[in-house]
Order: sequence, then C-alpha cells, then structure tokens
Amino acid sequence: MDFNLLIGGSAGQGIDTLGTLLEKVLQRSSYYLFTNKDYMSRIRGGHNFNQIRFGSKPIYSHKNALDAIVAFDETTVTEHLSRLKEGGKILLDESLKDEIDVSEDQVVYLPLKEGAKEVGNPKVFSVVFLGALIKALDLDLKIGKKILEKTFKEKLLEVNHKALIKGFEMDLNSWDLKKPENTDQRIMINSNEAIALGALAAGVTFYSAYPMTPSTSIMEFLAANQKKARIVVEQAEDEIAAINMAIGASYAGIRAMTGTSGGGFSLMAEALGLAGITETPLVVANVQRPGPATGFPTRTEQSDLSFILTASHGEISRMVTVMRTPEEAFYKTARAFNISEKYQTLVILMNDQYLADANQTIKPFDFSKIQIDRYIAGEEDLPKGDYQRYRFTEDGISPRIIPGKIPGKTVLADSDEHDENGNITESAEVRIKMMDKRMNKMKALAEEVEEPWFIGKENPEILLVGWGSTYGTLRETVEILQEEGHSIGALSFGDLYPLPTKVLKEKVQGAKKIINVEQNYTGQFAKLIRQETGIAFDHSILKYDGRQIALEELIESVKEVL
Amino acid sequence: MDQQNLFDCSEEKAWCPGCGNHGLLEGIKQALQELGKEPHQVVVASGIGQAAKLPHYIKANGFNGLHGRAIPPAVGIKIANPDLTVIIHSGDGDSYGEGGNHFLHNVRRNMDITHFVHDNQIYGLTKGQASPTSRPGHVTGIQTEGVILQPFNPIATAISLGCGFVARTFMGDREHMVEIMKAAIKHRGYALVDIFQPCVVFNKINTFKWYKDHVYKLEEDYDPGDKVAAFQKSLEFDDGIPIGIIYKEDRPPFLDTIEYLSEEKPLVDRDLDPKNAEEFMDQFY
Repeated sequence: MDFNLLIGGSAGQGIDTLGTLLEKVLQRSSYYLFTNKDYMSRIRGGHNFNQIRFGSKPIYSHKNALDAIVAFDETTVTEHLSRLKEGGKILLDESLKDEIDVSEDQVVYLPLKEGAKEVGNPKVFSVVFLGALIKALDLDLKIGKKILEKTFKEKLLEVNHKALIKGFEMDLNSWDLKKPENTDQRIMINSNEAIALGALAAGVTFYSAYPMTPSTSIMEFLAANQKKARIVVEQAEDEIAAINMAIGASYAGIRAMTGTSGGGFSLMAEALGLAGITETPLVVANVQRPGPATGFPTRTEQSDLSFILTASHGEISRMVTVMRTPEEAFYKTARAFNISEKYQTLVILMNDQYLADANQTIKPFDFSKIQIDRYIAGEEDLPKGDYQRYRFTEDGISPRIIPGKIPGKTVLADSDEHDENGNITESAEVRIKMMDKRMNKMKALAEEVEEPWFIGKENPEILLVGWGSTYGTLRETVEILQEEGHSIGALSFGDLYPLPTKVLKEKVQGAKKIINVEQNYTGQFAKLIRQETGIAFDHSILKYDGRQIALEELIESVKEVL
Repeated sequence: MDQQNLFDCSEEKAWCPGCGNHGLLEGIKQALQELGKEPHQVVVASGIGQAAKLPHYIKANGFNGLHGRAIPPAVGIKIANPDLTVIIHSGDGDSYGEGGNHFLHNVRRNMDITHFVHDNQIYGLTKGQASPTSRPGHVTGIQTEGVILQPFNPIATAISLGCGFVARTFMGDREHMVEIMKAAIKHRGYALVDIFQPCVVFNKINTFKWYKDHVYKLEEDYDPGDKVAAFQKSLEFDDGIPIGIIYKEDRPPFLDTIEYLSEEKPLVDRDLDPKNAEEFMDQFY
C-alpha cells in the first residue's frame, strides 16, 4: 500500500495546520510517512502545497502521481490535476463548485465552510477538513481526537473537537486502504530537527546563528528546548558574528555550533579559515537552497558543494558530509563533534531544503550509541614550562587545553601564521612545518570517512551516482528498473570530502555506463570525483529548477540515456 | 622602567619606537596586576591592526582573530566560561569600521567584557589611510583632498545605544588610563574605553602633543549617571575633549538575564552525557 496525497492552497489558509495534524494521525495509525513541502517566499497568498506519501512499508522519497488532492482553492486543482491518477479524487469545499472544470467522478464536494460556520468558528475549517479526511482514509476518529487534545486547550479544543466530528460525519466514501501490520513505535522527524537533536546528544551547549531559510529550523528546535537543556542559543547580528562567536566558544572549551544557508555561508567563508589556522574544532551546518545571491529562498538545490569544498582563502583541512536520511543526520552530527575535536578541524554538515522540510517516520534514535570523545589534554599530558598551543608532535596534533583551567598555562590562538607558541612569525621554515601539520589532517580524515551506500545487485551495467537528498529516489528508481529487467545500481554518497573512493572504483570498473544524478547545473559532485579519481561520467542527470527530482522524473531521465 | 609584572612577556614587539601602543600595553599589564588577576584567568581578544598585536606581548590567554571580528569570539569565550576576565584590544578601524556592526549589537547584548579601543584616528598597519575617527580635511595617500566623511563618534553612539560604561582616556596620562582601565574591567557588562594614542609615523595631525593639548579631565562634580549631560559631553571635540568616565549605568549583563542559567555551572564545566538529551526526542512520537 502506497498512498500519495497533496494538500494545497495559498499561504495563511491553513494547509500547514491540516498537513501537520493529518501527519500526526497517520503516524499514530502506524503508517510509514514521507512528507515534503513546496512553498513560496511569502507569508500570505501565492500557492503552497504539502505532499504526504504514506504506506505500510518504509518510504524514502516523494513521487508525482497523486491518489488524492486536498484543495483549499481553485489553483490547487488546476496546478496539480495532471498528476492525479486514474480513479484519484479531489476533495474540496462545495463553494468552489462553479469555479473548477473537472469531471464529476473525480471530485468530492464537501460542505466544509458550512460545517465550520455551524460549529461557530470559520477558522476551524482545516479541522473540519481533517475530520472528513479521517473518514475518507478510513482512520480512527479517536486518534484524531487525541491529537487535537495535544494541540489545543480549553475553549479552542472544544470547538475543534466539534469541527472534527462535523467533518467525520460528512457523507463520503472511504478508500479501502491496507492497514499497517508493523505497529512498532516510530518518531516522525525531519533532517534539520535530527541535526539539532544530534547536536544536543553530542553535548552542544552553545548555538549561534542568524535566521535564514531553510536552516532556521535547527535554531528553532534548539531554542525551543534551550531552557530545559540549560544551553545558550543566540541570534547573532549577522553570520560573520555567528561563526566567530562559535569559534570563540570552542576555543574556550565547549562544544559550539553554527548553521546557515548558502548566502550566510558565503559570509562565513573568512572565519572558516580562522577555524582552520587557529586549529579550533568547529561544526558548521549549511542547509542548501538555490543560489546565487538570494536565489530561490524556499526551494531546494545541491549547488553549494563546489564552494564548500574550498570556501575560505588559503588552504585548510576540512571534512564535508551530507545528509541522506534523518537517522544519518542524528548520528553523523554527533560524530562530527568527535572528529572535529580529535583532529582540531572543521567539519561541514550539508543538508538541503528538501530534506530539511521532509518529515519521515523512523525507528527512534538509540542514544546509547552516541559517544562523546573530547580529546582535551590535562596538565599531566604537558611538558613543563610555558604551554605551546601549536607544539609540533609526532601525530601532528598539538595537545589542546581549556584556557583558564591550569594555573600558569595560557593559550594563545592566532589567525596570523604563527610559531608553536601561537606568536606571529615570518619564518619560511616554520610556515612550511605549520602548513604540513594542518594539511596532514586530510590524511587522517580520509581514514574516517565512510564509503557510499550501494543500492542494487552485484555488478550492475548501469551505475547511477548521487549524493545527499536524492538517496530515497535513487533507491526506488533502482528497485523499479530492476523489476523491469534492467541491470542497474546506484551509489549514494554521504561523506563527500575527503572523497571515499574504494567502493566507487570497484563499482565503476564493472559498469558499462555511469551517470551522475545531481540537483545543480554544473555536475559539482561529478567534478569532485573526476578531480580525485580521474573517473569521468558518461551521462549527467541534472536538475536546477528548485524542485526535487521526483521518482517518475528520474526513471524517465534514466530511460532516456539507456 | 616598570617593575616586574606577572603579565610580562618576552616576545619582541613589532611596534614602531614611540608608538602609543607601548604605553598602552604597560598600562593594561599594570591594571590587571593591580586588580589581582593572574595570567590564566584573563583572555585578551583582538582583531587585526597594530593594536590587535597586543595579545602577543602580554602573558595571558589570547585570541588574535580576524580583522573587524575582535568582539564575537570574545562573546563566545565569555558565554562558554564566565569565570574568565575577557578584554578586547583593537584599533579604531577594526572596532568602528570593519567591525562596526558587532560594536553596535554588542553594546545592546551587554556581555560582561571590556573593549579597549586604541584610537589613533588613522590606519597604521595599512600605512596611513583615514580611519572612521579621522577628522574632516585630514589628507592621506587615499583621501588626497582630505577626509570628506563625517567622523564616527564612538562615545555618542555607545551612550545612545545604552552602553553601561563609556569612557575615554589618553595613553599619555598613565595614571588616568590605568584607573579607567581598572574601573572598566570591574564594571559588570559591556564597557567601552576609547583610548587616544598617537601614531608617530602616519598621523602628523593628532600627535602626542595634540592630544595632550586637547584633552581635559572631567570636572570633579561631573555626574556620569546623567545620560543627557553625558550625551552633551560626548559631542565636545574641537574645543577640548573630555576624558574620564563619561557615562555609567548598571544593568544586568547578558548571562545574568538568562534566568535558567542562574543556578547552573558555567557551560565549560558541564558534564556531558548523550542520555541527557534523550527526553528531547519525546516530542517526535
């Protein structure tokens, strides 16, 4: 069972309220969900929609073909009608009857406005709609009531209760949907929230950022929980301040983090180099949206990779990793802090709007799997005399201490090229040794990176290569094309830099055709692969319209180049 | 010569002979010593510029960051560990030009840090261009017809934003400077001290003598609690520049305003345990 539903309308009409409540009801009904959001950069008006795909087995991506359209306005019908499957239904208020032109058997008109009015508050329209959908999707009204109890209080709860029943009692047929067999408890979370939760598990006590879509939900989650977690979340005056504050906090010995989107990341570029040359551990999240400049503020793209790989003038070590699922976002964020402190280096977490706003139902995170390794030196680890922040050691990592904790020892960090004490130097010899020391970390990081996930059977003739948020779509595409008899497989990369090359080289060797799948214009990941391995792709599937590639689109694009 | 000071450091100074920074450095060392501080308890943060080299010449923790970005790391350091005494030494270009936005918003943020601005009204490190505090008409290699822009008034700006400690002093009057420095460090909240110092190479107008002739100490009965009077004082310049604590107002520093932290250990002393975060997953069921 795999049901795909779209809720559309203009901003401010209540589609998010309905979407959020319906998602919760479906989650509590033990369905697996994958939801995504398409919205405009405006607070009122325009056309926004949420897609909710649910079923009795795990779902990893969105798709185009719709079983139902839940329309708050006429635009929703005209925009999405072409995607409605045969036998699919449009549900909408009866007042829109004269405004739309579709065949009668495709539409279910409901007295929603009337129902809201009868209940005594036109604002409960969305909840009347929820009641009707609970009926249409053959869900349990009791679950709906429970969700309302968690959402509303007192008088508002009362009127919403009535609204829910009003909708549920409407005269409409139910779809015959297979009930989920697996009723294990699951969480429903998006990848930004999972990054934030992973950061909390890793012991982050300070997060500084400047609001920027689609990264803001990381800060919002941490802020919503800051009081209980006893941490500090600070809205900086700009992204330059945000990253410099985080660097200062990390220098002083705590786990600090910052996050932003492309434009803000551009402003942070100089400070990335500061973290690099001062060897201050730092974790930065960049949740991508289409650029350049302001670009498409609320839409999705994977076009910051080339920039992220080299952002900052000069040369520094860094690890770059991208999210493919919320599970990974949680565990990898926690890992990022350990790696950043182990090697006193920069770790950049990448995500994009698509995954940042996509709710998925998954197994709860296992907090016992998270380990906090700080790699902070004590007095006993240090030679006598003045502390040297940048002392040359055998493994290239200088013992790091916390300023203020050891009487007689002071810590000097410097953005100039410096000697072992941290003092400014002009020495050619010291420069070479310091550059070698800092850049050698790339070798150690290359040992830490994880190989990509392989999807498919051994040695496929056609190999798709993607990274990050396209994982779910690659996976389903391979499954479907395999069933159609194609010899096809895919590699989905999470750790990007240093580039893990072992599995890539193996799989490429056996393949007749290799195709990169990316949400950008220039094939940025293909460029990285070519740079690091010399491997060149036979074809590219590139999408840069700000919308995530859907299952059907990818299948069609792959077939075109077969 | 100065007596042995805990904060003495043997690093060779890259400042010109006669530069005002030398006296300023001796002053801050004296102030810290007289306040009973020890080197490991102090962090000196700076940006980039001649003044910003100061962390290298003092025995203390130091964070010499990016141009214009002296304040944000200092803020992060103080949030992480409020037990540290965090002071900033940076120039007028770094503090008021490149870092102007941080200056404005950190007056508002009121973190308990002290900001000493070495104000020589010129860019020293880049060899003599106008700074935000250069006066109109000042001819430089770039401002060949003289500075056109109106000078930035840090004292008036800080007062208008509600800064709790606004002072000005002159490095040529060591006693005055050290007393102001000590009062600023003791102040709980963001404290701005604009310190006149001559640039002997690039500023031929605002020389040691010029400053000496132009500054005057605030009258004995001056009340730094009167905001309107303070603002009036902040506008005096060409006919005499007042030095001293121009405005003072006690308001709770940033960390004191976060009630839920009041009973907690500093962030740097927290025991970290992933299990503590598990309860935050509940909202996703």
